[in-house]
Amino acid sequence: MGKDTIALTLKVWRQNGPSDKGKFETYALNQVPVHASFLEMMDLLNEQLVGQGKSPVAFDHDCREGICGSCSMYINGRAHGTQSGTTTCQLHMRHFHDGETITIEPWRAAPFPVIRDLVVDRSAFDAIMQAGGFVSVNTGNAPDGNAVPIAKTHADEAFNAAACIGCGACVAACKNASAMLFVSAKVSQYALLPQGQPERRERVLKMVSTMDELGFGACTNTGACEAECPKGIGVTNIARLNREYFGALLGPGD
Amino acid sequence: MILNAKIPDGALPEKWTRYRSTVRLVSPANKRKLEVIVVGTGLAGASAAASLAELGYKVKAFCFQDSPRRAHSIAAQGGINAAKNYQNDGDSVYRLFYDTIKGGDYRAREANVYRLAEVSASIIDQCVAQGVPFARDYGGLLDNRSFGGTQVSRTFYARGQTGQQLLLGAYSALNRQVARKQVQMFARHEMVDVVVIDGKARGIIARDLVTGKLERHGAHAVVLASGGYGNVFYLSTNAMGSNVTAAWKAHKRGAFFGNPCFTQIHPTCLPQSGEYQSKLTLMSESLRNDGRVWVPLRQEDAQAIREGKRTAAQLKEEERDYFLERKYPAFGNLVPRDVASRAAKEACDDGRGVNPTGLAVFLDFRDAIQRLGQDVISARYGNLFEMYEKITGDNPYEVPMKIYPAVHYTMGGLWVDYDLMTTVPGLYAIGEANFSDHGANRLGASALMQGLADGYFVLPYTIGNYLADEIHTPSIPIEHEAFAAAEAHALEVYQKFLSIKGSQSPERLHRNLGKIMWEYCGMARSEEGLKKALGLISDLKSSFWSDLQVGGSVNEFNPELDKAMRVADFIELGELMIRDALDRNESCGGHFRVESQTPEGEALRDDQNGNYVAAWAYQGDSVAPELHKEPLNFEIVKPTQRSYK
Repeated sequence: MGKDTIALTLKVWRQNGPSDKGKFETYALNQVPVHASFLEMMDLLNEQLVGQGKSPVAFDHDCREGICGSCSMYINGRAHGTQSGTTTCQLHMRHFHDGETITIEPWRAAPFPVIRDLVVDRSAFDAIMQAGGFVSVNTGNAPDGNAVPIAKTHADEAFNAAACIGCGACVAACKNASAMLFVSAKVSQYALLPQGQPERRERVLKMVSTMDELGFGACTNTGACEAECPKGIGVTNIARLNREYFGALLGPGD
Repeated sequence: MILNAKIPDGALPEKWTRYRSTVRLVSPANKRKLEVIVVGTGLAGASAAASLAELGYKVKAFCFQDSPRRAHSIAAQGGINAAKNYQNDGDSVYRLFYDTIKGGDYRAREANVYRLAEVSASIIDQCVAQGVPFARDYGGLLDNRSFGGTQVSRTFYARGQTGQQLLLGAYSALNRQVARKQVQMFARHEMVDVVVIDGKARGIIARDLVTGKLERHGAHAVVLASGGYGNVFYLSTNAMGSNVTAAWKAHKRGAFFGNPCFTQIHPTCLPQSGEYQSKLTLMSESLRNDGRVWVPLRQEDAQAIREGKRTAAQLKEEERDYFLERKYPAFGNLVPRDVASRAAKEACDDGRGVNPTGLAVFLDFRDAIQRLGQDVISARYGNLFEMYEKITGDNPYEVPMKIYPAVHYTMGGLWVDYDLMTTVPGLYAIGEANFSDHGANRLGASALMQGLADGYFVLPYTIGNYLADEIHTPSIPIEHEAFAAAEAHALEVYQKFLSIKGSQSPERLHRNLGKIMWEYCGMARSEEGLKKALGLISDLKSSFWSDLQVGGSVNEFNPELDKAMRVADFIELGELMIRDALDRNESCGGHFRVESQTPEGEALRDDQNGNYVAAWAYQGDSVAPELHKEPLNFEIVKPTQRSYK
């Protein structure tokens, strides 16, 4: 058994608002329990700051179970830290060592402006979804759930794409701030399912053009998004998105 | 005031059909002129906002999260029940209705529950049509699993992320209406008051959580889909932001609060490991199918384990107490949630808890691994074992899991009639925010069902019954003095928080509230303890208002200030829960009064005196609330005592 608590030096990005230039502040935090989660460590830091009459570090968080997609910290140069397949809230302090310096930054991408400290505005993701991330079916219109069988392999693959939690780590990790992984996950889910077929062409065109308009960059196939995605969304989805997009552009119209 | 639930006439299976055929309608031309506010974008809120917008109403939707997709419905794991009978195993609307009434320990309204069971099948159809990737079998048809002690397989699921997939379905429907400009979406907004004009709900005051500005929003009707209040216990499986503020402010404006003491405690959660802990994580109850629950027989062995001097593996068979198997030989480790939770608490209260805090029991897979092999166990529970290891650092294939019960769901909520309208005309409550369908205990996989039933298939009909009278009401003027007064009041409260300049953070006060609630109004409640808790809450309320510490200002991004408002409301709610628990002398479902138990120590209902819904009316900050009772009539199902021996 190692030590129960560790001492840390935290370099945290502090920024008052979107127009503030922002800078790193350094804090010493002792007695951090190794079983605490990363966000609980941040709670301890904030308790310390409030006790000293300083303003606490703002950060987004909610479910703390790795599913809501709220938490979004760039830890030691990696989106959600160095543990693979792990959101910030599921990262635990036992993966850090006594005396370590940890650098904590917000997602950095032009389409995700900083609101305060580590909190960024990800409403651009909602805007992309509003452009076409749905099946146009009104409540009450649906046929029986078993009316259309769906091959299990397709259903499972659609699920794998649908597992995206919309946290934005893919954008933060990408040197171009591309949202291709995010968009491809939703496009793939519907492209694989019969329910997505009627609007397949229109959907991909609208979502991609909205993504471009909002200032997300192009994909240059570095794969950083896949490496940092806490839900294991694969770049094969981006390949599918490209096929869908070019098929929609060049293929026969409706 | 006599509470009128407005249950339609006719035989139970015909009520909803008849209601739908005779309820008043609003023409498309008039719907365009009517505005509806929906607070909360979880399963109930998102589905309601989307469905109302599809009908043509002008909708404004609010959520405190940065995106509607993050509401806490997203975290539901297990599944959603529906009476489809796809498995040909004898399921029916009646059976789902019956199981829900019985599971709720006979404290829910028959007509509401029957309607819930009736619309359940349509929910699955709707979600499939939206492209929700439910689990399927090799023939391409929808798969089901059994859940929560029922005898049929009626639970639809999407791996362990059913809530996520259903919520993203509702979110996509909502997004489609945002794009059509039928819904105006306000993310990062918290409702801080309901505005009531001439006795009707006419809008809300919301705080823009980014700028801190208070905003006035008018509407012809207001729908609260703001979720449950499990965070009154501080530690729960709820999200950090889940709060009661919207529902509580509505209560203070005249909406009765139904059965506040009915809370559900889930037995298989990860135990607390220290004071710093911010929330508890649920582990699926399916683990109890193969895991054996035990603590050391002797207190000194438990102490040695707590101090790290002995390990679980070193304890011989005769040194272990498999207390569920011992106490409930017929059901063993598979007794219902409330029974398993109480037994674990008893073992720990007896000084036999197994982690450093003394509040944990073992859930041991050793025998199952020996019997079935690690591969089988891994196939069944691999993802759960992985999650457990991620959080605790322990490998459950090698050492037993440690679990402890945690607050999970609240059956109580705003009192609503059959139309889902509260006691304030024009103010509705749907999903976990209302009290209506689960009685004193909710069955697994029924929360998602109720949220979507209310939002997709019930409210869109019932709200027309009210709005049909509002077609001549012009757009609500937000200059009205009631808006000004509500806004001024909210601002005054925020400024009061900032002016106290004491020494305790909202977080610390919240943690103290949680300790009181968990100790005296948690798994076991006694008259003596509850009376003591009333005093403790009153002291806590005084320290809140005299020693609160919040920095910054109102007109800025200030999560501490948001938290202060939530904690203030939780404290008041906590007091009401204790009053309700004190008043309900019987034990039923999740409410266990130690004075009311069978000779074997099981929950004992009192159908003579306990057969009612408690609906509490707010009377003022320093006045005791007034209790109204809605009697429950069981026409179809006859209440019986539960036994698991």
